Amino acid sequence: MTNKDFLKLEGKKQGLSMDKIMTIFCYVALITVVILPCFMIIYYTFWDGTKIDFEMFKSVLVQKENLAAMKNTMIIAVIATAFATLVGVFFAWLLGRSDIPLKGFMKFLFSIPFMIPPFLAAMSWDMMFSGRGGYVNKLLMSVFNLANAPLNINSILGIIIIEVVYYFPFVYMQVVSALERMDPTLEESARIAGASQLYVIRKITLPLTIPAISSGMLLVLITSLSNYGIPSMVGYSKGIFTLPTMIVELMNRSGGSFTGIREAAALSIVLFIVVAIALLLQRHLLTHGRYDIIKGKSMRPMLIKLRGAKYPLLIFSLAFLTLIVIAPIVMIILVSFNRAYGLPFTRENMTFIHYINVFTKNAMVKDSVKNSLFLAFSAGTICLILGTMLAYVIYKVKPRGGTLLEMLAVLPYSLPGTVMSIGCILAWSGAFFGISLYNTIWIILVAYVARYLSYVLKSSSAALQQVHPSLEEAARSCGASHYDALKDVTLPLIKPAMLSGFFLVFLPCMRELTTSILLYGPKSRTLGVAIYQLRTNGQINQASALSVITILLIIIMNNLVKYITRDRRKY
Amino acid sequence: MSDQIVLEHVTKTFTTKELGSVTAVDDFNLAVKKGECFSFLGPSGCGKTTTLRMIAGFEDLSKGSIYLGGKLVSDKAKNIYIPPEKRNLGMVFQAFAVWPHLNVFENVAFPLRVKKVPKDEIRKKVLEAMHYCNLDGLEKTFPSDLSGGQQQRIALARAIVVNPEAMLLDEPLSNLDPHLRESMRFEIKRLQKEFGFTIIFVTHDQAEAMALSDRMLIMDMGNVQQVGTPWELYNNPKNRFVHSFLGQSNFINVDVRGGTVYPVGGGKPIWVDNDPKHDGEQVLACRPNMMELSREEGFPCRIIKRTFKTDFVEYLLQIGKDSAIVQAPHRVLFKNGEECFLKIHNPSYYEKESDEAAKERERRNVV
Repeated sequence: MTNKDFLKLEGKKQGLSMDKIMTIFCYVALITVVILPCFMIIYYTFWDGTKIDFEMFKSVLVQKENLAAMKNTMIIAVIATAFATLVGVFFAWLLGRSDIPLKGFMKFLFSIPFMIPPFLAAMSWDMMFSGRGGYVNKLLMSVFNLANAPLNINSILGIIIIEVVYYFPFVYMQVVSALERMDPTLEESARIAGASQLYVIRKITLPLTIPAISSGMLLVLITSLSNYGIPSMVGYSKGIFTLPTMIVELMNRSGGSFTGIREAAALSIVLFIVVAIALLLQRHLLTHGRYDIIKGKSMRPMLIKLRGAKYPLLIFSLAFLTLIVIAPIVMIILVSFNRAYGLPFTRENMTFIHYINVFTKNAMVKDSVKNSLFLAFSAGTICLILGTMLAYVIYKVKPRGGTLLEMLAVLPYSLPGTVMSIGCILAWSGAFFGISLYNTIWIILVAYVARYLSYVLKSSSAALQQVHPSLEEAARSCGASHYDALKDVTLPLIKPAMLSGFFLVFLPCMRELTTSILLYGPKSRTLGVAIYQLRTNGQINQASALSVITILLIIIMNNLVKYITRDRRKY
Repeated sequence: MSDQIVLEHVTKTFTTKELGSVTAVDDFNLAVKKGECFSFLGPSGCGKTTTLRMIAGFEDLSKGSIYLGGKLVSDKAKNIYIPPEKRNLGMVFQAFAVWPHLNVFENVAFPLRVKKVPKDEIRKKVLEAMHYCNLDGLEKTFPSDLSGGQQQRIALARAIVVNPEAMLLDEPLSNLDPHLRESMRFEIKRLQKEFGFTIIFVTHDQAEAMALSDRMLIMDMGNVQQVGTPWELYNNPKNRFVHSFLGQSNFINVDVRGGTVYPVGGGKPIWVDNDPKHDGEQVLACRPNMMELSREEGFPCRIIKRTFKTDFVEYLLQIGKDSAIVQAPHRVLFKNGEECFLKIHNPSYYEKESDEAAKERERRNVV
């Protein structure tokens, strides 16, 4: 005699249970959106249509242009990382340990770069410092009577500067949080032992924050290696290429030819290998070399008195932050109201015409707003459902190969956007079952889902791990079925996390450029692509107007999220 | 014997967003003698740790002055402030504060390296300090591989390695389990005997303070309530707070008329062997182990509830409108509801707590 319920408990029940269906679905979904694109890149690189072929890969590696791109990528990434680290650590220490005033205001300023897409920042820097035409350059030249522009942003140095000011908050965030969590008595006991403040910083504070510093550093390194927006905005016009921009360039030049696409795929593999090395380093650091520095009762650390240096440092910090955070925004706003790019900012030159034009005379822009909203909303929803299901399968169903599922889900997050897009093109241009999404909005959607799925997975799984199994068991003992318990107990409990996961996907989709620049078709431009093309076409004022609107949209959405998730009941 | 640590009119005022201005330490005066082990005892938020941190030099004073070994180290009015590293103190923290990136040897050697002591001397002194703290053979080990007790011994070794004149201990035992706490207590005492340094010991554990200190003080809401030997504080508490903070207490509202003590709420006079100083309503305070139950003589009352404890029997009684707990030996046993007679030995009499004091207590508890 067999008892069905007993078999179910033992996990031997044949047929399909709800958990099993979800597990299979997750596998299918991840294989489709993650494995197929990755596989196709490798396939195209090493398969010339008839046989395995390493020659093409080798020839791509030694091509002069590609070598230059590789060199540029490395130089930019290494130098930008080094300086971003220095600046980030300096500000982290200043705000975390010294008695400098206006900390709240400065912390607010640090959060702004996270809201503005890097390519917009780069566009603005280009307006300020591009050769003799940049507004700030012009101003400096006339004030100081210079014959040459003081800073030419369209150079390797320019890219490095923009990346430093744009990425140093990554390091700052990591280090300041380590400083804030660090037990102050670790430093105090060194003082009592007779060490001066400088000695304590050198021998205790710095060594203890090394893990935080290096993890911030690697974050900058990885982001810089795979960044497309900044080098393309300021480097393209002078023929300065990095690996991501070179891949896009190869793709554009190929015009759909098999060899051209294969070259882009090969270069993607190079970029991936470089990033993968950095990622392995990061993983190594995260698992080893973390100190247990959070302990004891919460006590505010003793702030170091800057005394005489206090106000000079404050003025320096405010000036620096104004230049790197406020000036780019002001620049974009000014240009968006300026009659024509290059004219001085006077009252007579002020106009709203670009805002009107951008919406009435430009079908592309109208499309792009619609497309971006549609993409952000759909990608958010799909990620919300798929990501939560994944989290449930990985952490509650715990199938065999659960870790593999998790690795697959977070892989695209670490892949450079350019690489992911190439993979999508190769996989969805009719390679499988004749499905061709190329030039449609759907291919962008697939790429977005793959790229941002891990955001929801992270927030939902964190929430799910908080839901103690006894809560579901209590529901079962009250007579609820497995499905009821899931629907009425578990899901409502993790709803806030799911919601914030949705917005974590929605916001970056709104400002995306790297993926969509490779995947857009005639009717499927996104906001980022529209701004980029307006600017490339020389319609810089309209590009600025659309940027202002994009930034406003992002700020509104961001505050909406804060409003929705504020004062939520904590379970 | 001379005074090692002297505090004169030390006051500390904080301003916080939620509460406005709070006086964390109010006009604190104290002289700790050389070689003395002195405890600060009080509930959390009473200002004891703030006082200790002012002595160490981690907090500014709002008013007053501090002397260490006869030398003025902090004085707001004279604008004198010696930083912590120049005060020649040893300090041990609740969370051990052992540096996780240095091994045991380097942790203990740190104060000597700062002072640029020659290498071979460092080695000798560190090994000696480690030996005193039972850390032999652990030089190369990193703190994360050690137990809480061992980590705290590293902190102790690090503090004694420079042979400081005074040692500040900020609840050093409260992160340890009860068994370890006992042995560490003994070890601290042993080290003090060996090196003869002065100790200021901050704790909220009264058993710890009673066992360790030569003298101690009890603080509440920024004010010193009483200073004395542990015996004095337990047996002759000056006010209601000290009485309730040290050991178990009963508080009975009484009305004194013509030197005789009547419970508020009516009844016969209460039998006491220590008469109040004046007439009027006040609070009688007594220890459960200083109350005697019999069937012969005393204040008549009835047993409400009897609870067997291991070493004594606990009875709940009603006295006027208040209830009281009596701890009695097992040899005389009363039943629930039985009539009996009560004698109270060595009670204290206090004024009732004013409304303002009660309000201030509530305000601070918000933090």
